Amino acid sequence: MTLLEAKPGATPSPREITTKPRISDQIFRGVVTSFGMSALVILTLIGTFLAFRGVQTIHTIGWGFLTNYNWDVTTSETGVVTDHLGVGAMLIGTLLVSAVAIIVGVPLSIAMALFLTFYAPQRLKAIFISIVDLMAAFPSVLFGLWGFFVLMPMATYWAKLLNHYLSWIPVFNSPEPFFERSPFIAGLVLAIMIIPIVTSVSREVFAQTPLDRIQAAYALGATKWGVIKAVVFPFGSSGVVGGAMLGLGRAFGETVAVYTVLNIVFAPNWHVLFGSGGNIASLIILKWGESTGAETTALLAAGFILFVLTLLVNLTANFIVRQTLKSGK
Amino acid sequence: MTTTVKPQKPWSPTRQEVAINASSFITSAALATAAVKFTALSGKIGFFVAFIISITTLQVISGVRKYGRKALADNFASSIIYVGASIVLVPVISILYMAITKGIAGLHWSLFTQSMFNASFLDPVSKGGLLHALVGTLYLIILSMIVSVPMGILTALYLTEIKGPGAKFIQFVVQAMSGVPSVVAGLFIFTSVILISPLKTSGATGALALAVLMIPTVTRTSQEVLLLVPQDLREAGLALGATQWKTVATIVVPAARNGLITATILGVARIAGETAPLIFTIGGADKLNLNPFKDYQSALPFYVWKGLTLGTPESLQRAWTGILILLVLVLSLFIAARTLGVRKMGK
Amino acid sequence: MTTNNSQSNNDNASGENMSIASSSLANVSNSRASQKLPGTAPLGTGLEARGIHAWFGTHLALENISLDFAAGTVTALIGPSGCGKSTFIRTINRMHEFIPTAAMAGQVLLDGKDVYAPGTDVTKIRLQIGMVFQKPNPFPSMTIGENVLSGIKLAQLKVENKDDLMQECLVRAGLWNEVKDRLGAHAGGLSGGQQQRLCIARSLAVKPKVLLMDEPCSALDPGSTLRIEETISELSKDMTIIIVTHNMQQAARVSDYTAFFLSDGGPGQMIEVGPTAEIFTRPRDERTENYVSGRFG
Repeated sequence: MTLLEAKPGATPSPREITTKPRISDQIFRGVVTSFGMSALVILTLIGTFLAFRGVQTIHTIGWGFLTNYNWDVTTSETGVVTDHLGVGAMLIGTLLVSAVAIIVGVPLSIAMALFLTFYAPQRLKAIFISIVDLMAAFPSVLFGLWGFFVLMPMATYWAKLLNHYLSWIPVFNSPEPFFERSPFIAGLVLAIMIIPIVTSVSREVFAQTPLDRIQAAYALGATKWGVIKAVVFPFGSSGVVGGAMLGLGRAFGETVAVYTVLNIVFAPNWHVLFGSGGNIASLIILKWGESTGAETTALLAAGFILFVLTLLVNLTANFIVRQTLKSGK
Repeated sequence: MTTTVKPQKPWSPTRQEVAINASSFITSAALATAAVKFTALSGKIGFFVAFIISITTLQVISGVRKYGRKALADNFASSIIYVGASIVLVPVISILYMAITKGIAGLHWSLFTQSMFNASFLDPVSKGGLLHALVGTLYLIILSMIVSVPMGILTALYLTEIKGPGAKFIQFVVQAMSGVPSVVAGLFIFTSVILISPLKTSGATGALALAVLMIPTVTRTSQEVLLLVPQDLREAGLALGATQWKTVATIVVPAARNGLITATILGVARIAGETAPLIFTIGGADKLNLNPFKDYQSALPFYVWKGLTLGTPESLQRAWTGILILLVLVLSLFIAARTLGVRKMGK
Repeated sequence: MTTNNSQSNNDNASGENMSIASSSLANVSNSRASQKLPGTAPLGTGLEARGIHAWFGTHLALENISLDFAAGTVTALIGPSGCGKSTFIRTINRMHEFIPTAAMAGQVLLDGKDVYAPGTDVTKIRLQIGMVFQKPNPFPSMTIGENVLSGIKLAQLKVENKDDLMQECLVRAGLWNEVKDRLGAHAGGLSGGQQQRLCIARSLAVKPKVLLMDEPCSALDPGSTLRIEETISELSKDMTIIIVTHNMQQAARVSDYTAFFLSDGGPGQMIEVGPTAEIFTRPRDERTENYVSGRFG
């Protein structure tokens, strides 16, 4: 049957194209794919190993592990170990310290991101960007040292001021006038630590605001702030939220800086200016050195809780940021 | 055709506007000094606060007089934004200043030739050194690179070149992994390697913990760099009849070479300063240990941590000096990554 | 870009032997001129550009453009791509300066006052000189009604009756009947032509004296294009309109005056300006004639 005889309107079905790659390519693909899966494998392993310990601990201690406030291990003379282990106070502390970090750090980061995108002259812009990236490179133990010796004296003064004027707000009240080493100060240190990441995500989002909308707003006679309010914020708000959540994830897991600055006490403390608190990460390194047996397992379980918390926050954050950049709403 | 008309920028601030800005600056400084003298505000912070309030008010007033009501929000907002950006600068400068001034006091040559084997952290600073910590950090970096760089780059290759069915999911997983806290990485290696395998607390286990943190960084940066290689290059190789792996190995990777090196350097910079994972995995020795696979090891961040937690003036001085050296190391890595990165598209 | 009817009279270089294309353009522009209704509102002295030069860095993009735009007229700027027409109108409403390396020289006089005079409030200038862009760009986070009034809100202008203003602008832009029942809907759901008319309504809300249009129909279908051209005719009774267009038939249909821009690889220059009918029937410059008869472009 020649082409000329083919019925008009009859379309042939598409041909199947098969390629069998050469052996060297098959090996290449095999190697690369298996390494590509490695990230998945590692993440699953982390989850599994720590979950195992988590399950062990809940088994022995029960769900009270999550809500109890005490953490003490006593060994009697006969070597019998009794323990009351609970991360409740530490969870509260994690929340409180992270909240301070977000409340202080995110507005500063947004200001910096707006400054870099819309206000900074070209030459200054590169310098400021380098400085913010520099902040990201500082080791966390440096923040701990600086936070304790430099920030704490100043921040204690502000804490006293806040307490003096605003103690009618419950969270600024304090059971005792002990303002050093408080969640407030730890939160301030964390705020500085999360600024680089929140700034860089916000900057990326702001810089991608569609230019035609910005021009339309200017052409209507808007001032720079008018344009930011009308166009940039609606476009980038969810991206900034995503960036703030990434900062939150970082704050959850910060160990050394918090340990140095915060006075770790195993009692629930909602008063942000009062020098008592803790977060899960610092709990782990505080108790690690002398722990054995069930306590070690419990610390590993605490690590699992931290893993799950940060995983949830980070996945949500990444999802939100990607959606903003993709949709170009 | 040349023209004798000169380009101008009539929208740049006029001399009068510049003069007004300068005078409001000076007036605010004066007002702030007065405020510090006569009111409850005190110190540098008090001056800063008074200065900001007065210069914002002056700018807003002059703006509203000239341009009307809408200048109120505009000038106020730009003041807040400038203030916010300046506030961010302050801790950075302060941290650098502290690290340099406090760290320099403890510098001496034998820092680099001796370990703490014959000295205690409580001894005067001129005794002992941090050679063991330097060697430890060096081992950690090298071993961690050996594990992370191939894994990271190969994962990136999977995501950009092969783009298999699981690629989106793997992407997702890599992002999740980059959020793992450093404590968790250390704990993980403890339970999976130290407790179970014959490899015990040593430099190598520390390197593994750091690798968990380094792999996502290397993967993400490598991915960005590989995506920048134009698709035309790959197609040219394939059109010449080369296999995919030959194309990748001889065309794509060399084209991205500078960027991949940058990715590695950035990964190293990230982990060189990490303390938390080391607490669970390297043990922290005081003497020089040349075998990374056996026995406790030290490292710079650990050295600093030890000095900090002991709390005496001598140990704190050691900590400051140690952090200065660590800072120099990390900053050099960052600058190296930057300069390479700038040239990355040229070659 | 060529006209629809291809050229057969290549050997006729000048004079009365016009090609088919430009004679039909002439017909169109003649019929418009005869139908033009007189304006109803006094508009001041109009807009004048004197000696405009524009640079991007050291590259001179526009050289010595001087044009008068009388109140109540529509002027079309025609010419091949890249000869600086868009840059020119952006110097008029001071949008050119957003480019970091931009520089300019010359004056733009609105009612006798230079918009580049030191100390001028540039946002006020942009209220008086509005702009409609090539790609429709309504604000997606606002509803249709909010979009129309967005200029009022951004400039913090006092308006007694916002709903009346909204309706008036949408009527003048020719969009009222289509959206009057869904003013609360989001602007993203409109078609391209409707979005562009919404952008026109938005520019009208702040009562500009001049409206600049940068190829407003080039991204639209012929039906929408026709509607917008009708709108332009209506609008020109109350304001001065300057429209950049690649489409010579559109220029013939819509404008009272036409200016022809050209760049020979160097800076853009204005070759000739005149009443539209004359530009298309008896252009004085040979290059103009070559362009309008489709010999290049």
